[in-house]
This record gives sequence, C-alpha cells and structure tokens, in this order.
Amino acid sequence: MSPYTRTTRRGNVRPTRYRAVQWPMVLWLALLWWVLWGSYSLLSLVGGVVVAVLVCFVLPLPPLRMSVRVRPVAVVVLVARFLGDVVMASLQVAWITVVPPRPLRNAIVRVPLRSESDFVQVVVAELLSLVPGSVVVEAHRASHTLYLHVIDVRDDRDIDRFRERVWAQEQRVVRAFGAELLPEPPAVTPS
Amino acid sequence: MTWPDALDVLGALLLLLGSLLSLVAAIGVLRFPDLLTRMHAATKPQVLGLMLVAAGLTLELRDARVAALLGLVVMAQMVTAPVAGHMLGRASYRAGQVDRDLLVVDDLTGVVERVDEERGAP
Repeated sequence: MSPYTRTTRRGNVRPTRYRAVQWPMVLWLALLWWVLWGSYSLLSLVGGVVVAVLVCFVLPLPPLRMSVRVRPVAVVVLVARFLGDVVMASLQVAWITVVPPRPLRNAIVRVPLRSESDFVQVVVAELLSLVPGSVVVEAHRASHTLYLHVIDVRDDRDIDRFRERVWAQEQRVVRAFGAELLPEPPAVTPS
Repeated sequence: MTWPDALDVLGALLLLLGSLLSLVAAIGVLRFPDLLTRMHAATKPQVLGLMLVAAGLTLELRDARVAALLGLVVMAQMVTAPVAGHMLGRASYRAGQVDRDLLVVDDLTGVVERVDEERGAP
C-alpha cells in the first residue's frame, strides 16, 4: 500500500493518487505509442504523451521506492554474459530434447540469495527463468529465497555447480545495478 | 556478393535457425515426461528462437520501423515468458502434478505450507 491514504465521503480508506503521473512511465508509454503508431510524426508523439498522462491518471501505480544506480560497464558484462548463457543453454536443452538421456533426472533446488534487495531478487529470477534449464517454481520474499526446477541433474555436484551459477548471476546483477543492496529504510509517513 | 545479398543470406540463416529452435521446443513438449520438465521446452528454446527470427526479419526487411516493433515484441516476450513459466510451475507443484521419481532432490517438500506469506504490496 502506498503510504498516503485518503478517506472517501463514504468513509472508505483509499490510497491517494499521490504522484500518479511519473515521468519515466509517461516517457515509456509515449515511446510505446509512438512505435506502435509507426508514423513517427510530431502529432503522434504529442498524442502519445496525452494518452500516457491520461493512462497514469486513470490507472495510477504507487511510486517505486528503490535505490538503483546503473553502472554501464557492468550492465554490458551482465547482458553479454546473459546472451551467452541463453545460447549455450538453449543448445543444451535442445540436445536433451532430441537425444534425451536415460534416465532424465531433475531437481528442485533451494537457493538463498545473498542480497537483501527485492529488486535484485526479481531481476535474478527473471534472468534465470529466461535461461533454459531452470524455472523458478517458488520465490520467498521475506528470506529472499528462490526454489528452482533444474533439468538434467545427476548428482549433488551438479546441484552445487548450479547454485554457484545462480550466485555468480546475482553478483553480476548487483554490480550492474549497484544499489547498496541493503534493506530500504521504511517509508516516512506524514504525520 | 554485394552487401544486400550477404544480409539476405544471413537473415535467412537466422530465420531458419530460429524456426528450428521453435520446432525443437514443440518436440520437447511432446516428449518430456512431466509438466515441469515440459516447461523447459515450452518456454525456453523459443526465447532464443524468437530473438533469432526477429533478428533475421530485421536483416531481411531493413526498415527501422519494423526493427523497433520487433524489438518491442522480443522485449514483451522476455518480460512475460518467465512470469508465465513461474505461475504454471508453481501452480502445478502446489496441485501435486510433480513426478517425484524424476527428481534427484526436492528442496521444496514441506516448505510450500510454511512459505506462504501475506499477499500484496508492502
């Protein structure tokens, strides 16, 4: 819930439209509109901004509180490594599909993340889900733990290797989005 | 060979590779034994497959507008595929649709009941 609430005439407590129009959202929606419109004229851009502001007013989202500092070099490393992983793992899973090892064994592995940040957990889970061979089955927010289904696991050594890979991935995400990765301070509510 | 020719050949190659990966994904869905394993085939090779097809199309058509649109398509896929995979996997695990004989280790046994926490934003 957003920290700001208002009381309606009927006495219900609702979140306010505090900062409903946020410029990154408007920018993104306007760009989206522009690309989808496909004519790239000034008129369609203006139309996009108008629609974006309207959307933000009608369907407001609470502002995100996160401390993210993007480090360009680390982002390039993260993306390059991710694309490499996707290609390698795609070929691996494709190979398993065509010539399935008998017996094909899998595992559900618990990986506690080291970072305390929700943002990092989301990004790591998203990236891991896109790399073939692992699906996030369960994510626990309070302890920042991911449970992943991993394909073609033979023994404990494979599982340890997989955990190491997840932690290496997390490390790269942390480096790329360099937040101080401590729990965020609680929101200050106006008195 | 001129530049457009080279781009055409490269684009065709990428299209072919992407389609091949999508075909493999379909075969995987048919062949794999249980739902969670099938999720790997259904959601994954096709991510790279779509990226390759989009790249191939960009090289063939050489139009900035198409390229931007294809970029959006790939982005939407990358954002939504993990969510879909996660929701299906999670639901199937909770519904007991897991073949335990296929698992070497299951760290999630007995955790699901404890793991539930309050829903919604903080």
